Amino acid sequence: MSVATIWVVVEPANGSLTSTSLELLTHARSLASSVSAITWGEGSTLAAQAGEYGATTLYDVGDLQGALPGVPVAAAIAQLVAGNSPDAILIPTSYDGRDIAGRLSARLDRPVLTNVTGINDENGLVTEHPVFGGTQTVKAHFTGDGPGIVVVRAKSFVAEASGGAPATVVAAPVGDTGASGKASITTSHVEERTGPKLEEAAVVVSGGRGLGEADKYALIVETAKLLHGAAGASRAIVDAGWVPYSHQVGQTGKTVKPTVYIACGISGATQHMVGMKGSKNIVAINKDPDAPIFQIADFGIVGDVHKVLPALIEQLKARA
Amino acid sequence: MNVVVCVKQIPDPAAPQSLDASHNLDRSGKLILDEADTYGVEMALQLVDKAGSGEVTVVSMGSAADVAGLRNALAMGAAKAVIVSDDALRGTDALGTAKVLAAVIKRESPDLILAATESSDGYTGTTPVQLAELLGLPSITFAKSVVVDGATVKVERQTESGYDEVSSPTPCVVTVTAGVVEPRYASFKGIMAAKSKPVEILSVADLGLGGAVGPSGARQEITAVVTAESRQAGEKYVDEGDGAEKIVAYLESIKVL
Repeated sequence: MSVATIWVVVEPANGSLTSTSLELLTHARSLASSVSAITWGEGSTLAAQAGEYGATTLYDVGDLQGALPGVPVAAAIAQLVAGNSPDAILIPTSYDGRDIAGRLSARLDRPVLTNVTGINDENGLVTEHPVFGGTQTVKAHFTGDGPGIVVVRAKSFVAEASGGAPATVVAAPVGDTGASGKASITTSHVEERTGPKLEEAAVVVSGGRGLGEADKYALIVETAKLLHGAAGASRAIVDAGWVPYSHQVGQTGKTVKPTVYIACGISGATQHMVGMKGSKNIVAINKDPDAPIFQIADFGIVGDVHKVLPALIEQLKARA
Repeated sequence: MNVVVCVKQIPDPAAPQSLDASHNLDRSGKLILDEADTYGVEMALQLVDKAGSGEVTVVSMGSAADVAGLRNALAMGAAKAVIVSDDALRGTDALGTAKVLAAVIKRESPDLILAATESSDGYTGTTPVQLAELLGLPSITFAKSVVVDGATVKVERQTESGYDEVSSPTPCVVTVTAGVVEPRYASFKGIMAAKSKPVEILSVADLGLGGAVGPSGARQEITAVVTAESRQAGEKYVDEGDGAEKIVAYLESIKVL
């Protein structure tokens, strides 16, 4: 095995590691003989889970005291790299993950490869990146000194526990991060969510420009609720301010791989397709029979979402 | 208050796109202002307006053969544009881009630097934070609201479970999500005024950057471009009042219902 050591940045969320973190640990384990993880918050409570998915050491940056994670976590990793550099550092594509990657890249003066959906060992690590809506895959690798920084999209790998012992927790505190570390969280707001998370739902119902107006997104929400799924959105209606960014599916938003994805009034811009083409089944409802979404849909209805969705809602209610 | 907005001129996303022989995105056609950047430009204009003084400068890197995209930002109300354009920059990666932008922004010493969360052509999504690190500044990404109060910027930042209120001293780098404000359409007066606003074109030598940028600075290469596994189109029906019924039957067949 040409890859000796991989570090994985693992993100805490409500006392556990995020699903993307576990996916990355699982894949790192298959590539490298030694996997370590870096986290923050309360590392000791995460050691068992990190170990179960393959990390032998868990570096804990500790309490960030309200600072956004990007600066202190990158500073901690930079300190650790100075002593014992890994071959690569894997980071989840997330709000904080991207901050950490950017900060670390500039701090170490090392390049970063993002939007990665595959990593293989071909006499060195080769990354895969979907381009043009996922119709083509670019393969890339680093050419300079390591460690290369790789930012990986959610759902690129399947998380599997290895049954490893709890990781050994090593404190990795950082000192004063100076002016760059001055952005701090004053209040956190948790938005109420009914039903599953978008990335974890078995059914995702998404709406696009074909809905015509912001109020009609209620049809998407109701259909999703009746199917015990989550409501998603295309970039067009997020940009238009109809729906919060957190609902966006696509290149600039979330990647979803549900059992069934129901695209309503979404034409199928490449931007959108890359975030949902991995769904097990795709249903599309669109007025335009030539909409690109039909090229990847397993089941398509050429029709008006304003007629089909209310009828669908009636039928689902009748079954409930 | 002076605000710099980092913007990018990109090939029209609605047009077919391809990679050139050296695996760079083919940018030889018409370039437009990335729509994702119009939110930052609008936000900057509103913040400067609210502050009562100062100006908005747009900073970019890329081909200056066509600067219609920059003129678009000027027509919206930005005071001036600076673009670093140099053949030596072809193949520059995100970190190299951040180095170039940092060199320009140092000369401007703004109170606030805005950018989109990512460009709509390259999607790397790390350049603004790399830029902040190079400038030694704090950064707040994924802003869904931005307010400047004296020497403090207050942001509502998108999170997985909702949003955080984040505050930082200025100068600071802030990336804004689409939809954060509604970008104005340039007025006829704005379009006319933009024609005489300054667009400064700089080279790598002007900034003294040398080998840190361009393909050698990128330290990464594309080894192959392959056609991805494609999905096949399945059944398709025209709704004749039975569309919902057909969907229910399909959902039953895949055991979702």
